[in-house]
Amino acid sequence: MGCTAADVVAALRAATAVVREHRDELVRLDQAIGDADHGENMKRGFTALLSRLDGEDLTTPGKVLKMVATTLISTVGGAAGPLYGTAFLRASAAVGDAAELDCEAVARALQAALDGVVARGKAVVGDKTMVDALTPAVAAASSVNGSVAAVLSAAADAAAEGAESTIPMVARKGRASYLGERSAGHLDPGARSTELLLRAFADAARGEGAAT
Amino acid sequence: MKKIINDPETVVQDALRGMQAAHPDLLSVHYDPAVVVRADAPVRGKVAIISGGGSGHEPLHGGFVGRGMLDAACPGAVFTSPTPDQVLDAVSRCDGGVGALLIVKNYTGDVLNFETAGELAESEVRSVVIDDDVAVKDSLYTAGRRGVGGTVLLEKIVGAAAERGDDLAACVALSERVIASVRSMGLALTSCTVPHVGSPSFELADDEMEIGIGIHGEPGRQRVPVGTASEMVSALLTPIVEDLPFEAGDRVLLFTNSMGGTPLIELYLAHGIAEQLLADRGITVERRLVGPYITSLEMQGMSLTLLRLDDEMVELWDAPVHTPALRWGV
Repeated sequence: MGCTAADVVAALRAATAVVREHRDELVRLDQAIGDADHGENMKRGFTALLSRLDGEDLTTPGKVLKMVATTLISTVGGAAGPLYGTAFLRASAAVGDAAELDCEAVARALQAALDGVVARGKAVVGDKTMVDALTPAVAAASSVNGSVAAVLSAAADAAAEGAESTIPMVARKGRASYLGERSAGHLDPGARSTELLLRAFADAARGEGAAT
Repeated sequence: MKKIINDPETVVQDALRGMQAAHPDLLSVHYDPAVVVRADAPVRGKVAIISGGGSGHEPLHGGFVGRGMLDAACPGAVFTSPTPDQVLDAVSRCDGGVGALLIVKNYTGDVLNFETAGELAESEVRSVVIDDDVAVKDSLYTAGRRGVGGTVLLEKIVGAAAERGDDLAACVALSERVIASVRSMGLALTSCTVPHVGSPSFELADDEMEIGIGIHGEPGRQRVPVGTASEMVSALLTPIVEDLPFEAGDRVLLFTNSMGGTPLIELYLAHGIAEQLLADRGITVERRLVGPYITSLEMQGMSLTLLRLDDEMVELWDAPVHTPALRWGV
């Protein structure tokens, strides 16, 4: 048994709770090197998402992910809206209309999400962005052969390390890049939110028994 | 935080309601998604000029909607870019059959959201990105220069061109010419407080100023002790003039802008100094704009913008404009 549309919805509910819980932390991180809106923007987007998770047309994981994409694109704003929106849109396309996702499909969706973020934002590893969290997460996910929960746990662990690695970096993308050397010493808020989302998905997968 | 607001969550839409109430003859405001549209839109056969960005910079952009300037403005949350659905809605409300030009300030969020909208739009849409802030080093290692005061001048000039019937390609070409000829820089004496954040965006001691400040409180080139008005104006004007560079014999438009909290008495004082410094360099100021037109909430401070003029730009600057914030010739 793989990950169904209901499992994806459950994971997104968990992610919404986590985003709301960490809203102030993300605002603080963004205040240090950006414009202090990341936590508020993410909260606004995921709050809008919550009200749409009961939709009756959410019959496949791909449909759920597509709804997430359009919701985030139209409610988040900032750089995070188009970036996360593109990530979910590409993930949705990658899984097609499968009724259930196995661990390979999940890894493929993560890879597609990363490709979308890179295409949209043109950041590479080392620029101090969400790509620094997502890139190692994708690599870890594709190297695990096991349950969906195991794949997502590995991705979340790698994302945490990746986010941590942004602290000494000098930003080369986004508003933090205006700070130059002064951006070093701070955790990138986008990398942190990526880590939080993947951790929420992993915890949900384990808790809900969505795994094979 | 002391502000005239009811609820930090609804500041933007509450302000839009007031704007609609104040200018029913000029604007029609839509709320879901939020778009400020020229009252007589769409104007058949005219290129639609559309801009937008985070709120908190009023009157930019909504205050420039009206005849001779913008057809629509898309207000995001405070200091947050608007979303693609707002831009798409603006395009569909304003498209007069000959396409739309999106004027985008160079910030990662704005560029990504407008770019996404441009890809989704069914009408013919082109966009231009303005990046006139000389405080930021333009290199591969930054997001590039920010769009600041030059945006106001660009919106006026290209708005007039669209009004007289220029087609989309001509509006794009004119925009590129303005963007290539305009430079700006600002300074802050105090910080500003974003309503949903509740605390100042940055700390600045009583005796310090930030030279090269961004319109969202982004850091500038340097933090120095507060000096005299002459020192402040010179600290902004010198890098602006040297960047393009502006040279003796150039004809320019000088735009002296308040960041929101600096009163007109100080702004005129600074403007007078800037005019003198330009005269000393042999640069002729042919047109002026003085006032709070691109602000950063309640921040005290100012910015200077210089645009090198040609005859066509002068003619378009002088053309009639009828918006909440700029009005002449009507």
